[in-house]
Amino acid sequence: MHPAVSIVLFTSLSGAGYGALIWLGLLHGFGLLRLPPVLVGVFAVIAMVLVAMGLVSSTFHLRHPERAWRALSQWRSSWLSREGVMALITYIPAVLFAGALISFDEPPVYVQILGYVTAACAVVTIICTAMIYRSLWTIPQWHNAWTAPCFLAIGLAGGALIVCAFVAVSTGGSDVAPAAGIVALVALVGAALLKMGAWRASASATPQSTIASAIGMPQRAKSARLLESPNSAQNYLQKEMAFKIARKHALKLRRLVLLLGFVAPVLLLTIGILLGSWFGTFLILLSAGSGLAGTLVERWLFFAEATHKVSLYYGTEAV
Amino acid sequence: MTMLPASTEKKLGLVIDLDICVGCHACAVACKSWNSTGTAAPLSDITPYGAEATGTWLNRIHSFEVDDGEGGFTLHFPRSCLHCDDAPCVPVCPTGASYKREKDGIVLVDEDLCIGCGLCAWSCPYGARELDDGTGTMKKCTLCVDRIENDDLEEIDRVPACVKTCPTSARHFGDLGDPNSEVSLLVAARDGVALMPESGAKPVNRYLPPRSRHPERPSAPARARTEDTSGATGFLAWLDQALSD
Repeated sequence: MHPAVSIVLFTSLSGAGYGALIWLGLLHGFGLLRLPPVLVGVFAVIAMVLVAMGLVSSTFHLRHPERAWRALSQWRSSWLSREGVMALITYIPAVLFAGALISFDEPPVYVQILGYVTAACAVVTIICTAMIYRSLWTIPQWHNAWTAPCFLAIGLAGGALIVCAFVAVSTGGSDVAPAAGIVALVALVGAALLKMGAWRASASATPQSTIASAIGMPQRAKSARLLESPNSAQNYLQKEMAFKIARKHALKLRRLVLLLGFVAPVLLLTIGILLGSWFGTFLILLSAGSGLAGTLVERWLFFAEATHKVSLYYGTEAV
Repeated sequence: MTMLPASTEKKLGLVIDLDICVGCHACAVACKSWNSTGTAAPLSDITPYGAEATGTWLNRIHSFEVDDGEGGFTLHFPRSCLHCDDAPCVPVCPTGASYKREKDGIVLVDEDLCIGCGLCAWSCPYGARELDDGTGTMKKCTLCVDRIENDDLEEIDRVPACVKTCPTSARHFGDLGDPNSEVSLLVAARDGVALMPESGAKPVNRYLPPRSRHPERPSAPARARTEDTSGATGFLAWLDQALSD
């Protein structure tokens, strides 16, 4: 599949933003952040901005962005519509959560509940995003049980790194809340394991369709090959769904994902927490940047490596 | 609107005879020609006279080399929307632009509602939908709704442009939901197949597989005598016996 920049940015940024909202809601609720409530509120606003950047980016993928509001109408059947609706709904508790934290010196108890509701809505939204892809039978690399857990885990890991960066910056590195650090390390390891599992599963999956089944002769045709394409230049289907550049470099790029997205953040975060001081803060910020870069590469690969069934009609032997 | 109807009154679709299709692309050209001016218009072309000419087509003709273990054959393969019963492209549409008509099963796009997200094209295993670069909306085969329901046309012309134009009559149009329709009888007689049935989309269109290029050579029929000579007696019986050896 063609890895459109708009969608890579959308899923990565909004995923990390929702992840940050989830951890802010939960850690604040359990009293584990040890930060002034105002700061938690400001950080929630920053996370919402990250989400908004992702959502705005997604509209650049539309050929008629002025009609984007129409996408909220078909939530009964369409995961894309559900994603849009949930993204808006999540803003309601999130804005109230951040608003209450910022406005009250001593936030009332219901703020905690708002934080939990925000976290729950954000989880559902990330899953809706993943389901857009997971529900497509045409793309075996997406149409499996790994897709949604990977999206959620990567969002949670990215969000945890961002929360660690928030805490480190606001405390000058002297007191990175241990809870945030532990959560981030666990989320990173979990996400890395899930992603490696997904890669392994898609490598060992047997293709269900062949050129023979695509042309309606699964038994009779022992084999079939494309003799003549319908068109000389690349058409929409080929540009959009028969993207092949990444597969050549897939292994190198996967190593890059593991390195940038998981190994480097784990090391930088651990050292940063242990060191403390301004240098520790710097390392923690670096870990968040590295994690986000890794997510971008991971998401680019997620699209670029995916093979669409329609490529059978353009010469791919089995999908 | 993007919910699929539980059932449709008719299942209009195409039956394509791969035995006699010669891959001339006339159906694709007729489709492009009709639909460049009809309801699906425009079907944009990008640099049509340049080196990288590309554009929207609702029907494309592929050619394959098939090894059937009997010497193989060349297969010309027209590919267009199959108007699936469980069309995956309809429920994924976030705006309600994609729909399947309850009265005849035709899958259509309301281009005024289409936001050009491309998700329906992603959901289709058959490559039936193309996002038009000129209009930014999704295009697909309409089964020429503006022909088959067009009272201004002679009745004989109220068939899709591809069917009307096919020089070998390899394309047939009708109600595949009616087991007694001409197309259904044709499918039954020729063991018509659905493409990629594993998709679960339940395509309506059927393809008639090519007849074997190497039928078993019928052995020369024994020239059995047809006349009954059992009643012969005497000389005639001796003659019959002698000549029979």
